[in-house]
Amino acid sequence: MKSLKNNKNLYNNLITIGIVVVGYILVTILSAAGVLSNLLQGLLVPLCAYIILAVSLNLTVGILGELSLGHAGFMCVGAFTSAFFSKCTQNTITFAPLRFLIALLIGAACAGVIGFLIGMPVLRLKGDYLAIVTLAFGEIIKNIVNVLFIGKDAKGFHFSMKDSLSLNLEEGGDVIINGAQGITGTPKDSNFTVGVILIILTLLIVLNLIHSRDGRAIMSIRDNLIAAESVGIHITKYKLMAFTISAALAGTAGVLYSHNLNSLMATPKNFGYNMSIMILVFVVLGGIGNIRGSVIAAVVLTLLPELLRGLNDYRMLIYSIVLIVMMLYNWAPNMIAFRKKLANRFSRKKEVA
Amino acid sequence: MALLDVENLSISFGGLRAVDSFSVSIEKGQLYGLIGPNGAGKTTVFNLLTGVYAPDEGFIRLNGKDITRLKTIEINKEGIARTFQNIRLFKELSVLDNVKVGLHNRYKYSTIEGLLRLPHYFSVEKQMNERAMELLKVFDLDQQADYLASNLPYGKQRKLEIARALATDPILLLLDEPAAGMNPNETKELMETIRFVRDHFDMTILLIEHDMKLVSGICEELTVLNFGKILTQGKTSDVLNDPEVITAYLGE
Repeated sequence: MKSLKNNKNLYNNLITIGIVVVGYILVTILSAAGVLSNLLQGLLVPLCAYIILAVSLNLTVGILGELSLGHAGFMCVGAFTSAFFSKCTQNTITFAPLRFLIALLIGAACAGVIGFLIGMPVLRLKGDYLAIVTLAFGEIIKNIVNVLFIGKDAKGFHFSMKDSLSLNLEEGGDVIINGAQGITGTPKDSNFTVGVILIILTLLIVLNLIHSRDGRAIMSIRDNLIAAESVGIHITKYKLMAFTISAALAGTAGVLYSHNLNSLMATPKNFGYNMSIMILVFVVLGGIGNIRGSVIAAVVLTLLPELLRGLNDYRMLIYSIVLIVMMLYNWAPNMIAFRKKLANRFSRKKEVA
Repeated sequence: MALLDVENLSISFGGLRAVDSFSVSIEKGQLYGLIGPNGAGKTTVFNLLTGVYAPDEGFIRLNGKDITRLKTIEINKEGIARTFQNIRLFKELSVLDNVKVGLHNRYKYSTIEGLLRLPHYFSVEKQMNERAMELLKVFDLDQQADYLASNLPYGKQRKLEIARALATDPILLLLDEPAAGMNPNETKELMETIRFVRDHFDMTILLIEHDMKLVSGICEELTVLNFGKILTQGKTSDVLNDPEVITAYLGE
């Protein structure tokens, strides 16, 4: 029975990763056959970033059980720190994969550190209060990036929060982060393949975490904080651990996202409140705590509006219907009972056979 | 020397003295009962013993060591485990995982070992599974190891809570109304289980209970609380025949 359970976990994890691999192969074939429109091809890397974001947010919302609305902020930190690094070292490290790897580590680490620093005071709050404060922190990060000016010349780095002129750059100096105009000219180091590898890496980290000692501790806090404490679980430590890993993975998504864009700007649309809510929609509709669901929801809800572009007038109508159907499928009590019945019938058939 | 030594423990909430000069001394291997009418402060005593509240006055010594004002997790590491009056299981975790959370501080591997699935992860997880199944077997829960904890029937949930508490390898077990909501048959079975736990695990048990059959059946000594104060203390048969106790419980 024990081995059965472990195998079941392994089996489920393999299915999740299998879905990603099959999706990758399918898209590669389609794009080689020239079926994919330019628009869709351009959407592939952001889609990978969204999947990583959804999975990482599910770690906070589904596994730790705390509502965070600032996830785009961590993505923003990862995106800008890594793009900053890549732009600075564009000419010194010419081997792109190595440069991207270092950028990835920097982006994830910075987002993780920021997540840790924000998590320390914020995780004392619960429920709605936590949601509001994380929302505010997300906006703060985005707004700080918007007024940040960093330039580089022969003397070294210059820093300002006013405008690019007050950087006092010498001749030949280069403005790297130009306030609201962000970073332009980041080397395009990421592509769909890199994105899929990062998705699999994220899935492995999150799934392995869930099925480990630490993951159980995190979920025990979600299920009953008082009981968890009574059996010796260090609440703060595990809350912070989950939040930090979640932030670092969001940073990874940011790295992927920023290295796909020539000009990276922190707008409300990509790093603001809208983005955080969109990721939360993926998580909720995919099923809170359901990692595979997050992946599927992110894919469906990102591609759907684009695929429906032909039906211009009905596009958002269909989109909203799909949202409602997904919600019912995952959360309606009758639907849950029906799915259980279906699953039982299947497993019984298997036993008979 | 007594295993648990409590002296003059007091705590007030606002103007209310919820527990007033509570003292008790429990020997190793004893089955000790704490009874009293609703609102007498029994669960507050448990919360004081497990560090949920810090006492205003008094001492708690476990095996001679002062554990007053330690935090809940530290007290658990010193060897006090408890169950709750209103069952507090990890509902979305499997029965097996509930016990494995209890084993958290006894079987360790690092986060990195868990994330990378290094050999140490597998060997420790295997030991954890074996130990957890052993505990589940004691409570006749091994057949339901894969169930979600919330899908267990009520009586089994109570048992699982005890199994989880025992997983932390305590020297003193606190049971808060273990028979609440059980029918007479289940209560009888529970009495045997509690006795078995005491003998099999060499455990000292302090329990709160309203079911007088259970209390008189298994407790060797009793303390009766009323309005936060100790009404009487002593051998079970003596205490239960004390006219004062009868008055407090049944009224004039």
